[in-house]
Amino acid sequence: MQLSVNKDANERNSPLGPQTLAQLKPGESGILDRLDLPEDIARRLMELGFLPGHTIVPARSAPGGEPRVYRVDGSEVALRRETAARLILRPASKDPCKALEP
Amino acid sequence: MSDCHDCGGCAVATAPAPARRAAPEHVVAIIGPPNSGKSTLFNRLTGLRQKVANFPGVTVEQRVGRAKMNGHREVILVDLPGVYSLNPRSEDEQVTRDVLTGQMHDVPKPDAVLLILDSTNLGRHLVLAAPILSLKLPTLVILNMADDLSSRGGKIDTGELASQLGAPVALISAAKGDGVEKVFQFMLGTSAGTTSLAPPKMELPILQDVPRCRQWARDVGIGAAYQAPSPPLWTRRLDAIFLHPVIGPLIFLAVVAGVFQTIFRGAKPLMDGLQKLVQISGHWIGDVLPAGILRSLLVEGVWNGVGSVIVFLPQILLLFLFIGILEDSGYLARAALIADRTMAKFGLQGKSFIPLLSAYACAVPAIMATRTIESKRDRLATILIAPFMTCSARLPIYFLIIAAFIQERPFLGPFLGTQAAALLGLYALGFLAAIVTARLLKSSILKSERTPFMLEMPPYRMPTLRSLGLRVYDRSKVFLHRAGTVILVCAVVLWILAHLPLQNGQPPDISDSYAGMIGHAIEPAIKPLGFNWKIGIGLISSIAARETIVATFGTIYGMEGTSDSVGLQQALQKELTPGGAFALLIFFAFAMQCMSTIAVVRRETGGWKWPAIQFAYMTLVAYMCALVTNVAVRSGIFT
Repeated sequence: MQLSVNKDANERNSPLGPQTLAQLKPGESGILDRLDLPEDIARRLMELGFLPGHTIVPARSAPGGEPRVYRVDGSEVALRRETAARLILRPASKDPCKALEP
Repeated sequence: MSDCHDCGGCAVATAPAPARRAAPEHVVAIIGPPNSGKSTLFNRLTGLRQKVANFPGVTVEQRVGRAKMNGHREVILVDLPGVYSLNPRSEDEQVTRDVLTGQMHDVPKPDAVLLILDSTNLGRHLVLAAPILSLKLPTLVILNMADDLSSRGGKIDTGELASQLGAPVALISAAKGDGVEKVFQFMLGTSAGTTSLAPPKMELPILQDVPRCRQWARDVGIGAAYQAPSPPLWTRRLDAIFLHPVIGPLIFLAVVAGVFQTIFRGAKPLMDGLQKLVQISGHWIGDVLPAGILRSLLVEGVWNGVGSVIVFLPQILLLFLFIGILEDSGYLARAALIADRTMAKFGLQGKSFIPLLSAYACAVPAIMATRTIESKRDRLATILIAPFMTCSARLPIYFLIIAAFIQERPFLGPFLGTQAAALLGLYALGFLAAIVTARLLKSSILKSERTPFMLEMPPYRMPTLRSLGLRVYDRSKVFLHRAGTVILVCAVVLWILAHLPLQNGQPPDISDSYAGMIGHAIEPAIKPLGFNWKIGIGLISSIAARETIVATFGTIYGMEGTSDSVGLQQALQKELTPGGAFALLIFFAFAMQCMSTIAVVRRETGGWKWPAIQFAYMTLVAYMCALVTNVAVRSGIFT
């Protein structure tokens, strides 16, 4: 089941650093690599600014840690953890250029 | 999808050729992403000359207004839903696309387009320019929030942007009114037919490819020397408070409590005043008219019936004022964020919160407010449970029965008496029924893969009086119209039923009237609940609107039909056993006795299926629970 795979990925602490948006800690930032979601949902997220290559910064959250607000492409968008866990980040070492964003 | 106009193959689509309105009126569409200030601009351009309806055949709201320009020329403005793209996935996007391409029946194809974008977030908002400009309609690109852009150190070369896009550009502040004259100039130009599109310097991208459209927008921005403003500091500071792990939820609760307190306590004097006014004017009309059938119809039928709705207007006004402040200031998005986790437990989401809160005043505006919920199933679930929330139309009968049957004693020390506790209990029951129903729905017929919750957090802004005023005006107009027409008709019908057939030229005794016959006919069905035929007439009349039951009892018992009428309380004490009285309260807590709600659910769900299911379900729940209550009270379980 996909949900369990998800949870697994969510909890794993990879030496490469955070792998999904859900693993980003406040103060960190990540570059989006791809969206592991059905096409229409991925497209809607892309319209909100979650495009591959964009830098995403986690901000405040609702009490209890989710949904969390993410800063991306000049706006702030709140996502639940289950959605954030499907947004895969670029491995930290591979792409040092973070300044894709204005 | 695209060019269906001319091909002979799709005769079905083109057969009923939409008859264009004869008058060559100039139609301008306003389009923009959510939070771009679209409605503010629309209000600014049209003022009070606007009306709200639905686009034909769909549940998407259509706002149409008229803008008066120099020389008495008028332009028709159509406010389209807020969308990020024209890829038709949601109903909103489909409608937007159909209107812009002239494929929406009964909506003339716009002659020009006002594309409004947030200048402080231009990189992302410019993406929408690609599909709009590719329509080749005369388009004005409006960059809104000019004041924010400059105060936060952002810049844009509008002249260069215009040549990049091949369309005129206006930098304005719709909230403050700065630069709005440029919009009028543009409309004047297009209505005179003097505006034409220049070829864009920057070729438009392939529309289906979101990353490429975004890249195009970035390039256009760079070409126009766009400098994004620094982050909104005030918004960050306020979020540090409003989304603080401890203070945030406390403020949230305070806001909810404040809204509640105001729509009940604050509205009370106004409502009492209106009630008095209706009564006094009713007496006055009664004194002026000669005694007889006509006076009875006008005073007891029309005046009291319509008056029973008008009394709720202060509450509706205050509710919309509050929602307006919350929404325009940007707090509503934060409230939805905070409420999301709790709502998720019942299978709903954060955006369901405000409609459900509104339903405590009235289910009709609440159901209209569900439009902000994108997920179809979540929206439907919210619509279906909203009428369980204790709306203010239940209060008159609650007050009447509680005053007549529950003796006031201290319940929780000096703070809470038994009567107030009973009222709170009824509120809790309604809420419980709502969440249990939500769970049931979401785990059965409305089961869905949870649609991701995505919520954009707009920057905080100071709401303007103008926009709040228009909003309140607009919504109360809709409320009064809908509720007023339905209730007027029902009041007249009930009056006729209670006064016919004539006996010797005189209205019959209530027991022999048609209403009485209906009451007698349903008596066997409601006897187990502890109700007799007179209560039955009240129940039938309250299908139109709950609050009419008190007026109906007034008619039946020949007393003044108000909650605090002692005569009516005494009459009911003789009529009902305690079991029947509690059963009546429970019945009202759960049953869907409201024509206006049924009508609005039908409209919002696009058919009779859901309102029929909802009515049957709620009536069944009400009947069963009332039955259990009557039996339980009678057998002395609660004593």
